[in-house]
Amino acid sequence: MSDVTRLTLADAREGLKKKQFSATELTQAFVKAIEAGNAALNAYVLPTPERALKQAAASDARLAKGTAGPLEGLPLGIKDLFCTAGVRTTACSNVLGEFTPTYESTVTQNLFDAGAVMLGKLNNDEFAMGSSNETSRFGPVVNPWRRKAASGALSNTNLVPGGSSGGSSAAVAADLCLGATATDTGGSIRQPAALTGTVGIKPTYGRCSRWGIVAFASSLDQAGPIAKTVRDAAVLLGTMASYDPKDSTSVDTPVPDYEAALGRSIKGLRVGVPKEYRVNGMSPEIDDLWQRGIAWLKAAGATVHDISLPHTKYALPAYYIVAPAECSSNLARYDGVRYGLRVPGEDLIDTYERTRAAGFGKEVRRRVLIGTYVLSAGYYDAYYLKAQKVRTLIKKDFDDAWSKVDVVLTPTTPSPAFGFGEKAGDPIAMYLEDIFTVTVNMAGLPGISVPGGLSGQGTPLGLQLIGKPFDEATLFSAAQVIEDAAGHFHVDNSWWVGAKG
Amino acid sequence: MQTKANGKVSNLVKGETGDWEIVVGMEVHAQVNSKAKLFSGASTAFGAEPNSHVSLVDAAMPGMLPVINEECIAQAVRTGLGLKAQINLKSVFDRKNYFYPDLPQGYQISQYKQPIVGEGEILIEVDGESMTVGIERLHLEQDAGKSIHDQSPDSSYVDLNRSGVALMEIVSKPDMRSAKQAQAYVSKLRTILRYLDTCDGDMEKGNLRADVNVSVRKPGAPLGTRCEIKNVNSIRFIGQAIEVEARRQIGIIEDGGTIDQETRLFDAARGVTRSMRSKEEAHDYRYFPDPDLLPLEMTQDYVDAFKAKLPELPDEKLARFTKVFGLSPYDAAVLVAEKEAANYFEQVAKGRDGKLAANWVNNELFGRLNKEGLDIEHSPMTAAQLGGIVDLIASGTISGKIAKDLFEIVWAEGGDPAEIVETRGMKQVTDTGAIETAVDAIIAANPDKVAQVQAKPSMIGWFVGQVMKQSGGKANPQAVNDALKKKLGV
Repeated sequence: MSDVTRLTLADAREGLKKKQFSATELTQAFVKAIEAGNAALNAYVLPTPERALKQAAASDARLAKGTAGPLEGLPLGIKDLFCTAGVRTTACSNVLGEFTPTYESTVTQNLFDAGAVMLGKLNNDEFAMGSSNETSRFGPVVNPWRRKAASGALSNTNLVPGGSSGGSSAAVAADLCLGATATDTGGSIRQPAALTGTVGIKPTYGRCSRWGIVAFASSLDQAGPIAKTVRDAAVLLGTMASYDPKDSTSVDTPVPDYEAALGRSIKGLRVGVPKEYRVNGMSPEIDDLWQRGIAWLKAAGATVHDISLPHTKYALPAYYIVAPAECSSNLARYDGVRYGLRVPGEDLIDTYERTRAAGFGKEVRRRVLIGTYVLSAGYYDAYYLKAQKVRTLIKKDFDDAWSKVDVVLTPTTPSPAFGFGEKAGDPIAMYLEDIFTVTVNMAGLPGISVPGGLSGQGTPLGLQLIGKPFDEATLFSAAQVIEDAAGHFHVDNSWWVGAKG
Repeated sequence: MQTKANGKVSNLVKGETGDWEIVVGMEVHAQVNSKAKLFSGASTAFGAEPNSHVSLVDAAMPGMLPVINEECIAQAVRTGLGLKAQINLKSVFDRKNYFYPDLPQGYQISQYKQPIVGEGEILIEVDGESMTVGIERLHLEQDAGKSIHDQSPDSSYVDLNRSGVALMEIVSKPDMRSAKQAQAYVSKLRTILRYLDTCDGDMEKGNLRADVNVSVRKPGAPLGTRCEIKNVNSIRFIGQAIEVEARRQIGIIEDGGTIDQETRLFDAARGVTRSMRSKEEAHDYRYFPDPDLLPLEMTQDYVDAFKAKLPELPDEKLARFTKVFGLSPYDAAVLVAEKEAANYFEQVAKGRDGKLAANWVNNELFGRLNKEGLDIEHSPMTAAQLGGIVDLIASGTISGKIAKDLFEIVWAEGGDPAEIVETRGMKQVTDTGAIETAVDAIIAANPDKVAQVQAKPSMIGWFVGQVMKQSGGKANPQAVNDALKKKLGV
């Protein structure tokens, strides 16, 4: 049996169906890969091999009985932001201590109901706040990709896998799972996907239930998959998405067969290219990537149109008001009273202060403070209210665009994967990682990142397609065209196997 | 603190420097009658073991989301309609952020800028005069849990059973000018809520509690600085708190001081209000729309459906009682104060003399219930039984005096009043022959009194008394009187 961990999720599904291997064999292969590779990559914060093998055995039984679900026996990694019943869930924050939920998030429940196997909990930036996975309580995740010198020699410099879903992107890129759940508040699915040569889709706000996902910014958070291929992403999203009466912002509209959209012709598809995304100082390789993307879509019969999204430049500042404001309130529940960390103090206030000071990392504290500030009496109108107005204008920009085009094409990130510490000391530089992705969250739209090529240093670059609300199917069709043209990007050197952390 | 000048009731308060006017506005928190909490499916039942009615949402576990309980919305709409108020078809839930152990989310979900109910009004009556108190707004919000400080020397406990229970905060305009008016307002509001069945109005359990805003001013002057007295939990205490707070404020101003805007607590045992926190210490609640909840939108049809099914409210019932039963406004007001009492009365009055029925319900029955500390639902006497007594009076079968004895028997022993009158020989004697025999016997036995009555005709009362005594109270007093007058020639 060749290395089954290298299979795509769709191929593994075929293999199980054809009984080329069992779910248990498949799961065991991943358990071994995690054992061998996780020390160096730190993608998993809690591998759950026993549970995985138990689930796999149950899957094998169902496969044998002919009652298999659509994801039967397929091993996945779960971002630690998703509450998993009986399995420690921390959002990679000290404040949650050893918190173990008694309940299962709707999205993971959907996956398990479909037969998926959970290999463990994946690393992320603390409370999903970050773009490099450097703010996790469990330490940073290492990108499986490394820079290559012109000579072809592999650099020893560790690169970040993007964030906040860095554990998800690294695990998928390094074949430590077939696919992973992730969440995206300002780019946390698409940016790490772009930096690791994987596919990530943030669906329309309301497409996946937020119930049971540790909240960062409620009006922006959405779950989605990070996967090896466009097809795999389509398969996973089809199961993750659902209407959930337990989430008042969930939308009651049927989930289409996303897989059926793959291979659909994009002849006549109108592709918008927004001039505002051509930011100052954009590197030529990112621009080249963008031009390549345009050419591929044109070649497949799409028409390309210059469009304007005039309020784009306000998106990032407005995002850094709205998201911290909501997070300052959402994180108020971590007070040391009922669960998670408690650092006893002299009195109640002292206990709150000690608990939250010890429990939250620097970036989380920064955002809680910003959020508290912008919601304060006397500042609310100038900051929060104005940011919400900007948000309305950003939405309107897109609404206007949809009369001319069907999808919008942009680069996913302004640059390829960077080294540890390169941006961690400069919050603004880090926040700029999200410059092409936050507008999509602000407008509640679906966005997919698909690999478009490699940088001059041999690291992956991603292209982003933005779609109309609930038109994920069209994104999958167009992303498939890009993937077919660009090819797959897989790390060609498994340096992490057996390496120490 | 009320004086009468020129026959008109004045609410002004005398101070050292002249008259003062009290201005009162109220914020009443009324617990919504609903089986489940505002945003979770947990039960709202009172008196359960601590922390036994707590859902994952109420405990603010990570990733939990609120979902509006439609029944609570319906109750708020019904209440708004009962207060003749504007129903806002679009309203918004906001987060009110503050830290406290009995507030698990770290914020209370409330309605700030866009409440579900806007302006309305309540008609009240004080000292025979009617007045209207304006309602500013009604909004829905979550109750907090309960901190318990007296169970352990070094810890506090938290009971989350109440956490997330739906409250309606009903805010009045500062339209009241005396403690009595404020009390009448709360009583009337409570009555309306109970008629609508949207709040049980149980102040002892804290299901209805009031924050009272009090300020004072010289008549005609602009509004003074107000103090808010938090969580006053009985109508009597509301009256006391307003009076002592107004006195305190007048004293300060007359001594040359100024009133600090602050939150105060009423200490009923000592009869004073105490400062809780000043304006400077006030929280910055950082209100913003709850991103977990979409704006609440209703159609006019949805609201109209509730309007069509609204029960008869106290003002309408009072009007009907005075019109249909010919009751005095006072008697009618006493009866409609509690829906159950009004229903009881209507059963007694059905097919009978309404005024007679009202007398017996208001005087005998209510008097007796009060004495025993019972409410109308626990009356040992049914409306059918009291109706039976009223029937016996109306038909002249028993006298009013015997009726009172009969009332006592039915109260204590139960049974059918007509049957009791029959078996115990309580029927009134109207047989003139028998009465005349008794009259003759009394006259014959008291020649001295016969002489006296000739000089002083009012002495006839003594003879009536003697005859009644001999008949065991059963003789018809009018017939006795007639016979005596004839025989004595007075």
